[in-house]
Amino acid sequence: MTAGQQAMRTHVVVGAGQAGAHAAVAMRRAGFGGRIVLIGEEASLPYDRPPLSKSFLLAEDEPRLTHFFEPAVFSSLRIEAMVGVKVEAIDLAARRIALTYGGGLDFDALLLATGSRPRCLNVPGGERGLAIRTFDDASQLRQRLIAGQSVVCIGAGVIGLEVAAAAQARGCSVSVLDVERTVMSRSLAPELGVLVQQLHEHHGVTFEGAVAVAAIEGDSVVLGDGRRLPADTVVCGIGVVRNIDLARAAGIATRAGILVDPYGRTSADGIYAAGEVAEFPLAGGHGVWESWKHAQDHGALVGRVMAGAAQPYNEVPWFWSDQYGVNIQVVGDATGAAAAQVVDRGKRDGPSFCAFFLDAQSHVIGAFGWNAPKEVAAATRMIRRAMAITPDRLADPSVSLQTVLATSSSPAVAQLV
Amino acid sequence: MTWVRVATTAAVPLGEMLGVSVNGFKLAIYHLDDDSFRATQNVCTHEFALLSDGWLEGSEVECPLHAGRFDVRTGRALCEPLKRDIAVFAVEVRDGEIFVALPQ
Ligand SMILES: Cc1cc2nc3c(=O)[nH]c(=O)nc-3n(C[C@H](O)[C@H](O)[C@H](O)COP(=O)(O)OP(=O)(O)OC[C@H]3O[C@@H](n4cnc5c(N)ncnc54)[C@H](O)[C@@H]3O)c2cc1C
Ligand code: FES
Repeated sequence: MTAGQQAMRTHVVVGAGQAGAHAAVAMRRAGFGGRIVLIGEEASLPYDRPPLSKSFLLAEDEPRLTHFFEPAVFSSLRIEAMVGVKVEAIDLAARRIALTYGGGLDFDALLLATGSRPRCLNVPGGERGLAIRTFDDASQLRQRLIAGQSVVCIGAGVIGLEVAAAAQARGCSVSVLDVERTVMSRSLAPELGVLVQQLHEHHGVTFEGAVAVAAIEGDSVVLGDGRRLPADTVVCGIGVVRNIDLARAAGIATRAGILVDPYGRTSADGIYAAGEVAEFPLAGGHGVWESWKHAQDHGALVGRVMAGAAQPYNEVPWFWSDQYGVNIQVVGDATGAAAAQVVDRGKRDGPSFCAFFLDAQSHVIGAFGWNAPKEVAAATRMIRRAMAITPDRLADPSVSLQTVLATSSSPAVAQLV
Repeated sequence: MTWVRVATTAAVPLGEMLGVSVNGFKLAIYHLDDDSFRATQNVCTHEFALLSDGWLEGSEVECPLHAGRFDVRTGRALCEPLKRDIAVFAVEVRDGEIFVALPQ
């Protein structure tokens, strides 16, 4: 396509979250010369979600949103950002989307970056549980974290735990419940989940695993065994549902997310998906990741693809969480499910340590860092290179990981992990 | 500008970095693969993190919190989420000691 032809085209990005914003900006910076329209249902320009369950809840003054880009960036890059507008339908044949207020917009290529919404607890009174995804959700919750009140967090994933830590810091009496026995069970081996649980218990938060919630009532959470936990506020952090409805209604292939290839292309010509809503190829199948860095990097990559740059997605999953001043980072597979051994660098009861997960051939496949970002950065590179390592060297704090990686003879294997 | 001694060369092995505090400046000192020493501000321009807690690869330092990367020779921010560069400082090595030029 010539530059002139490209300049006549319109690319529409649906969903002005992290992935959508990074896609729009990267598309322009990669040289796409046509019209870019970024449409979002929420009433603000794209903003950072991680603070919503952390500093936002702790701030003394009315907290402000952190935007990924200054408004001037959108105007200088000629990105037309439209917020407070929902895309209602996609007409693939007519290459047109329908907008909430009745209008429509023609497109040549479309990116679906519609993200996820919190899963609702399907019990009587389940709607009383507050979920936290948006600025409005977090503002509402923040006002309810009043010293002396009781807060019950249903779901011991990272968001539930971060909210628990914030509520505790604000003087609430907090308990966390989960159907699983340990916390962060989706991403962490039980032996490490226990450490996070103990951190919470040390700060006065109680955790109860392997419990079912039967109902949420006005002032309490009713458990499966009939017990009632007093609850002035109930927070639900039980996972997300991907916003795939638009795509499905248009006949685009979906599973849990919108199915894409390594370039973010969906089953429909000229339609792409990125970020948390996209289900992309991984070794041995497809996956969906819920993480900040993934939304940023996948969004930007698909944006560049839409500008004509062909580059497959090939990242290692990584996320962080902050709880009581401890920086937790998880890279790769730290569930233990595929690991033959776990090698610790540093002491588990010390201020900082990293647990490396190794498969049967001593390849690093995952890591959990407790105030140990350097070790997690090393693990990320070891995973990317499919590097085998002598466990004793990994565990020895006098052996520099920079040196281990610099001198490693493992072939740099490009792999889809 | 004043030249301030910040560390011995032995304290920063090849391919590694060191965080130091001198005259109120938080600095990161790097020993690059080409055997040169470099210095930048140690605090990331995104949120609060010390770059010396991150990862050095070639001439790029990766921030420990959100993996933003800077070129330590020029201070240039190389990727998202970074919007601003970091300050770089001139370095001289004399008799096994590293000196950094700090603004007065
Ligand atoms: C409270 C919280 C804390 C988090 N903390 C961390 C953390 O510490 N570390 C970490 O790694 N990750 C964290 N995450 C995860 C990370 O923030 C998300 O994975 C990331 O924001 C996903 O970005 P996205 O752009 O794919 O989707 P979203 O952020 O969900 O954005 C999608 C946008 O699309 C809009 N939209 C949907 N449908 C339509 C439509 N039809 N028309 C118009 N607009 C539409 C939505 O309103 C939304 O604004 C956290 C998430 C939350 C909610
Ligand atoms: S604090 Fe450095 S990248 Fe965020």
